[in-house]
Amino acid sequence: MLEIRDLHASINGKEILKGIDLTIRDGEIHAVMGTNGAGKSTLSNVIVGNPSYEVTQGEIIFNGQNLLEMSTEERANAGIFLSFQQPVEIPGVSMTNFMRAAVNARYKAQGREQLSAGDFLKLMREKRKIVELDNKLTSRSVNEGFSGGEKKRNEIFQMAMLEPTFCILDETDSGLDVDALRIVAEGFNKLRRPETSAMVITHYRRLLDYLKPNIVHVLIDGRIIKTGGPELANEIDENGFADYVAR
Amino acid sequence: MKNNQYTEFYAQLEENIRQRSCPVMNAQRREAFLTFSAQGFPSTRTERYKYTDVARDFAPDYGIQLSGGVGESTEFCRPLSKADIDVTPYYNHIADTTDSVVALNTMLAVDALLIHVPSDTRPKHPIQINNILKGKQDTMTLRRILIVMERGAEADVIITDHAADHQQFLCNQVIEVHCDDNSRLNLYEIEETNLMCTRYSNVFIREGRDCSVRHTSLTLFNGHTRNSCRVQLAGEHSEAILNGCVIADKMQRVDNNTVIEHLVPHCTSQELYKYVLDDSAVGAFAGMVHVHPGAQKTSSAMTNANLCATRQAHMYTQPMLEIYADDVKCSHGSTVGQLNDQALFYMRQRGISLHEAQLLLKSAFITEVIDTIPLEALRDRLHFIVDKRMRGELSKCEGCKLC
Amino acid sequence: MEDVTREFVNKDYEYGFHTDVHTEIIAKGLDEDTVRLISAKKGEPEWLLEFRLRAFRYWQTLEQPSWAHLNMPEIDYQDISYYADPTAQARKDGPKEIDPELMKTFDKLGIPLEERMALSGVAVDAVMDSVSVKTTFRERLKEKGIIFCSITEAVKEHPDLVREYLGSVVPYRDNFFAALNSAVFSDGSFVYIPKGVRCPMELSTYFRINAMGTGQFERTLIVCDDDAYVSYLEGCTAPMRDENQLHAAIVEIVVKDRAEVKYSTVQNWYPGDKDGKGGVLNLVTKRGHLRGVDSRLSWTQVETGSAITWKYPSCILSGDGSQAEFYSVAVTNNYQQADTGTKMIHLGRNTKSTIISKGISAGRSQNSYRGLVKVSEKAEGARNYSCCDSLLLGSTCGAHTFPYMDIHNDTAIVEHEATTSKISEEQLFYCRQRGISTEDAVSLIVNGYAKDVINKLPMEFAVEAQKLLGVSLEGSVG
Repeated sequence: MLEIRDLHASINGKEILKGIDLTIRDGEIHAVMGTNGAGKSTLSNVIVGNPSYEVTQGEIIFNGQNLLEMSTEERANAGIFLSFQQPVEIPGVSMTNFMRAAVNARYKAQGREQLSAGDFLKLMREKRKIVELDNKLTSRSVNEGFSGGEKKRNEIFQMAMLEPTFCILDETDSGLDVDALRIVAEGFNKLRRPETSAMVITHYRRLLDYLKPNIVHVLIDGRIIKTGGPELANEIDENGFADYVAR
Repeated sequence: MKNNQYTEFYAQLEENIRQRSCPVMNAQRREAFLTFSAQGFPSTRTERYKYTDVARDFAPDYGIQLSGGVGESTEFCRPLSKADIDVTPYYNHIADTTDSVVALNTMLAVDALLIHVPSDTRPKHPIQINNILKGKQDTMTLRRILIVMERGAEADVIITDHAADHQQFLCNQVIEVHCDDNSRLNLYEIEETNLMCTRYSNVFIREGRDCSVRHTSLTLFNGHTRNSCRVQLAGEHSEAILNGCVIADKMQRVDNNTVIEHLVPHCTSQELYKYVLDDSAVGAFAGMVHVHPGAQKTSSAMTNANLCATRQAHMYTQPMLEIYADDVKCSHGSTVGQLNDQALFYMRQRGISLHEAQLLLKSAFITEVIDTIPLEALRDRLHFIVDKRMRGELSKCEGCKLC
Repeated sequence: MEDVTREFVNKDYEYGFHTDVHTEIIAKGLDEDTVRLISAKKGEPEWLLEFRLRAFRYWQTLEQPSWAHLNMPEIDYQDISYYADPTAQARKDGPKEIDPELMKTFDKLGIPLEERMALSGVAVDAVMDSVSVKTTFRERLKEKGIIFCSITEAVKEHPDLVREYLGSVVPYRDNFFAALNSAVFSDGSFVYIPKGVRCPMELSTYFRINAMGTGQFERTLIVCDDDAYVSYLEGCTAPMRDENQLHAAIVEIVVKDRAEVKYSTVQNWYPGDKDGKGGVLNLVTKRGHLRGVDSRLSWTQVETGSAITWKYPSCILSGDGSQAEFYSVAVTNNYQQADTGTKMIHLGRNTKSTIISKGISAGRSQNSYRGLVKVSEKAEGARNYSCCDSLLLGSTCGAHTFPYMDIHNDTAIVEHEATTSKISEEQLFYCRQRGISTEDAVSLIVNGYAKDVINKLPMEFAVEAQKLLGVSLEGSVG
């Protein structure tokens, strides 16, 4: 599904990613763990095409397409979804209008017929239930006045609406209490189809206990320095990154 | 003495105009003529007209409309010539008689519209006045509106401007609003004309005690527009809310000039003006809050926010304060900037195209002004119109059967 | 609160004394002969006389501007003497001699002119009336190639430099007072910092008006070459007099590639008495041209004196990546009037400007901020942030804000905010409950309010400015 080869990227002239190689197959869940500033968020931003980051070397292939040649929205409509670490507030743009525009764009890309207003609202209602998102929140402006947990749930709600094939969860667990974490994680599991794959960025094992990754990577200073099975997450949870950083 | 087509026109037709008009208006005519002919049009060196070339706007050889055109009398509206009250204390009373454009209106206007809401009365429906500029030749119209809100009266007044023909039209409008104690008025002005239209609007509002006036000015499509709104807060515990939004592109020009005078203590004023400028549009905003000596406990906030979408679009902004009392809370803020990059990226990550994301953000920017409107039906209608306007689907007055 | 107001009487202006020194003053009046006379007294070359005459002829075609929010007394330009030289007698006595009275005057002002007594790290050019009395540390600066002298000497010793830059930032056609200054300017400082040199000490000019019936027309020119740095301070005082005295100055600054200039002013001209009689009319054109890429200029001003202040230290940001700052505290008390602010003209790409203005008005004074931020069509990526706050002490003063923003580029981000506030009774009560006297509390609160600006001043000046803020406002608030 996703293949990253020798990826180098920088922001404001500073190199953050120093050669990443990573292959994620259909249906796989990969966890990326690492210290603060190791480049985890940079990696997710580069995959989805944040214009603030510059790719200086390497390539990303997504289902046979060269991602780096595609605009942010083309990548999104190809099925890539990022659950943001800090979702931005967009005053004045209602959740409904925002989602309507996004769903229309996705359907158009898939060659599907546009939803009628009624069907769209019905879809909103259905999907909202999955993450137990309050009706009031969808009538507000995008992320405006949402609590931290509500913002994260809102991200998963949007994922439900857009049905991506590859999801990146960028620290979706940070700042969530146990109940909220459960809702978000179970929501994600409910939405997942067998072929859906994901990249989960986290500091903690908690989320991984729910999501059960197939493969765990350790990202330090812009490089993946270790890859292993689910047991690697447990090891890091117990011992931290000290062993890896020391190298 | 500065002669021009208008002084000559008046000199020739004075008698004719007088005969068509009524005594209360005729009583002011001569003085206005003297003021206008002495001053001529203000130049851009006049501070208040810094951003608008008045003489150029009035230069075309307009036909001058001298018919009444005020329409039938209804419960609350009638021609001034058929006034149900003595309007002498009101007509041309709070208008700035030293302003040449106002003087020109006073000198040539043949009839006026009187909106009179008696004490403790509230019209069941909003009063809507639709102005449709129509004609086979270039025309200047002189619109004069007098609004008298008696004690405890309440009303919503919606004034719309449309253009039905593709001629050069110039509308010179003067509105005077008298609010007696404890009255409430929501006054909306919505301009949806076309590139060939020029609008000069001078609104004067005077509030007594415990009044509330909300003036909302929406310039959605136009040619050249100059709006001036001056408010005198003359009774304690009154408030004035002036909001406006401007969407301009192509060669459009919009100049909003506001003055709020806090004459007495304990009054509140608020202003919010937002502009979205595209192509070669030019926007100007000059707002002045003047707190007179003794007007303690004044609270005033002014905000002007602007989006420029191209390098050719120019914005001039001038948020001013003149304060002569110390126990006041006054603030103003003004910004010129672009759409939020982070928000754009977030939307694109959700698959929304850059163009669509920009449209949504621009509409949202304007929405802040629209959302202040208490009339729900009007608010919904405006959301719809603004969205269409942003998409370029509104090139002339939408929904107008005449166009 | 009003009671406490009355309790205080206006503290005397500390620098209001007059020095009895023999001063050569030319006859009052202004015509072409006056201009020729000034030029001759200074022994100027022909080109400079021509410059003055062109400026004079242009000035005659102008009218005094009236757009500022000021109630300006009528100025009779024929009733002023345009040249007063307190050093003339001493010069006759022998070369290089300085009248001991003059030395004493500057001592009294806290500006010792003997190098061994000087404030550490500050070189001073002392200007009294129309003439520079002494410039200290010239030799030491010369070792680094830095030129610091009076403009009169610079005309003689470095004519090419002066000719190249004089009038290049503020042309004589700029405005009424600039034209007047260009015609009759007397003395001021000249600074040249060569390429790559970081000026090792603060350079400072101290302006003193002493003679009666004269005006002071200072002219300062600072050129900071590539990669150079200088911090420059300006101070000023004048005796107490019942008549208004005119001070019409021009300061020009040229900043080249990657160079940096900091210009600080503590302006304490005589403000007039508590009934508004007398005081200096301070009508000044100050402008810096950020010519070079990544050049920097900051204006910091603490304005407490003068009956009338008309002053807009400005920046033309034409070098790509140049950055300009304007930090200002303007205090007006009694009948003082100030109309001050800045202009930031963005011409280059990625230029950035910051404006922080704090107005404090008391008594019956009027204090206005007037500023322009202009972003031209080519100034891609320009940024400006402006914050203009006013503090009102008492209900008989006025605080006004007149900002202008002209934005001609879609990539510009320009923000302006302003607030108006007063010292609350609660704040004062809180301080007093802690045992702080009302006047100390006011001084404390005002200094806190002005902190952002004061912090930008060099150390010695900051202390001076803090004291000044307290003194200027004494008697204004309870």
